Amino acid sequence: MAKVLMKGNEALAEAAIQAGCRHYFGYPITPQNEVTAYMAKRMPEVGGVFLQAESEVSAINMVYGAGGAGARVMTSTSSPGLSLMQEGISYLAGAQVPCVIVNIMRGGPGLGDIQGAQGDYFQSTKGGGHGDYRLIVLAPSTIQEMADLVQEAFDIADEYRNPVVILGDGMLGQMMEPVDFENIQKRKRDIPEKTWATTGRGNREHRNIINSLYIDPPVLEKYNYQLFEKYAKAEKNEVRYEMINCEDADVILVAYGTIARVAKNVMNIARREGYKVGLIRPISLWPFPKEPFEKTVNTAKAYLTVEMSMGQMVEDVKLAVQFKKPVYFYGRPGGMIPEPSVMLEQIRKIAGGVK
Amino acid sequence: MEERIIFAGFGGQGVLSMGLIITYAGMFEGKNVSWTPSYGPEMRGGTAFCNVTVSDEEVGSPVITEATSVIVMNRPSLDKYESYVISGGKLFINTSLVDKKAERKDIEVYEIPANDIANELGNLKIANMVMLGAFVEATKVVKMETVIKALPEVFGKGKEHLMSINEKALYRGAELIKSLITTKK
Repeated sequence: MAKVLMKGNEALAEAAIQAGCRHYFGYPITPQNEVTAYMAKRMPEVGGVFLQAESEVSAINMVYGAGGAGARVMTSTSSPGLSLMQEGISYLAGAQVPCVIVNIMRGGPGLGDIQGAQGDYFQSTKGGGHGDYRLIVLAPSTIQEMADLVQEAFDIADEYRNPVVILGDGMLGQMMEPVDFENIQKRKRDIPEKTWATTGRGNREHRNIINSLYIDPPVLEKYNYQLFEKYAKAEKNEVRYEMINCEDADVILVAYGTIARVAKNVMNIARREGYKVGLIRPISLWPFPKEPFEKTVNTAKAYLTVEMSMGQMVEDVKLAVQFKKPVYFYGRPGGMIPEPSVMLEQIRKIAGGVK
Repeated sequence: MEERIIFAGFGGQGVLSMGLIITYAGMFEGKNVSWTPSYGPEMRGGTAFCNVTVSDEEVGSPVITEATSVIVMNRPSLDKYESYVISGGKLFINTSLVDKKAERKDIEVYEIPANDIANELGNLKIANMVMLGAFVEATKVVKMETVIKALPEVFGKGKEHLMSINEKALYRGAELIKSLITTKK
């Protein structure tokens, strides 16, 4: 099979099936409905389960059940739907149940609109649900990368026994680009067998129990420490980013997802004008890539973070830069796309006219 | 080479298909392509549009604000998208349904009576193909034979009986551009 032209939503659904996902639970919401539609059609063909739940609260708890039984399971939604899922996500993280959760973000807050936006960065990377937990959050910027990362997400979820989030936006979900499913880029991993799964006791000595309740405080404290050992391992091994033209760059653009594509174009235009501009594109939003900032903080003059929001990732950029260099921000909320011309104007201003 | 194209018209005029055909053709020719549909709140009878990029480089923004070409199939689309054409860019107007002239003087305007030609050919539904033929001939963004190769991808395998009339419409649109260019000379 050569390259096929697919919508982002369809490509991610197909990638999930090819990764061995046989259980999908979801509730329709624009702009991710093609995922649900695709799964409804494809799951019966591959002998899998498609179930349209009565709400997102229900869908995420079905994910909890299927994941607990050891199945490769996925749900997908868009911003308001993900808010409804937060309790379940906290339980999944607490009980260490692997699953893949897709959020094709739209404009908020509240019901907002249905255009692509990036206002859920905080929600995905800083919690969202209650308690001390972390989600591994991956942000593709092309349809091919969407397909690659979905397959990777299932492997990461199983290796770490943790929910993994694919964070895209309406633009990525709706647009079509060529995808090559035969050459999916993913890492070789040792994925442990799911000896913990609740598949029936059989000849096992003990019962497997999936639970997030540890009523005794010292026991819960110890359990939290164990979770954070796992998160530390993820921080060490699961950082992903792309770094372009940063060696000699005075101004470094920082952007993820859809808007990183625009930033890359702007970088090229600015380079042609003679400005030394680079780009850091975080692919894992948690763990956030600190490394490219450590590498550039002594040589770059400033960073310009661009987001389709009022500024959320920019806080992580500031933490990574540790106030050693100025960090500027440009963003537009509500499903509007930051303008290339405004990015260029800001670059010229920051560079101070010095080429 | 980078062509950033906006196709716009009424829902039902086949503007999303026009864009898809060019996207497939670009992919078949080994170019980088992206296709983004309108999916926002639109009223019935309002405008449908899609953004298509065909490029030698990686495609940046899938949303086009500075178009190298704009194809308008109806009057509201002309009102909305004339300003999106870059200076020196191309604007294709379906004059069968648009009673207004383009205001811009810094762009190339192509006036195509697409519905009238489609009627002549015996099928009003192929007005979009007439327009597409004219667009391909004027821009040379992809080869006409690749466009024809892309048709079954968009119209489905069961629609072979419609291929010849679609091809005819494409070539009629292309001929119109050739004759326009000859007259200019």
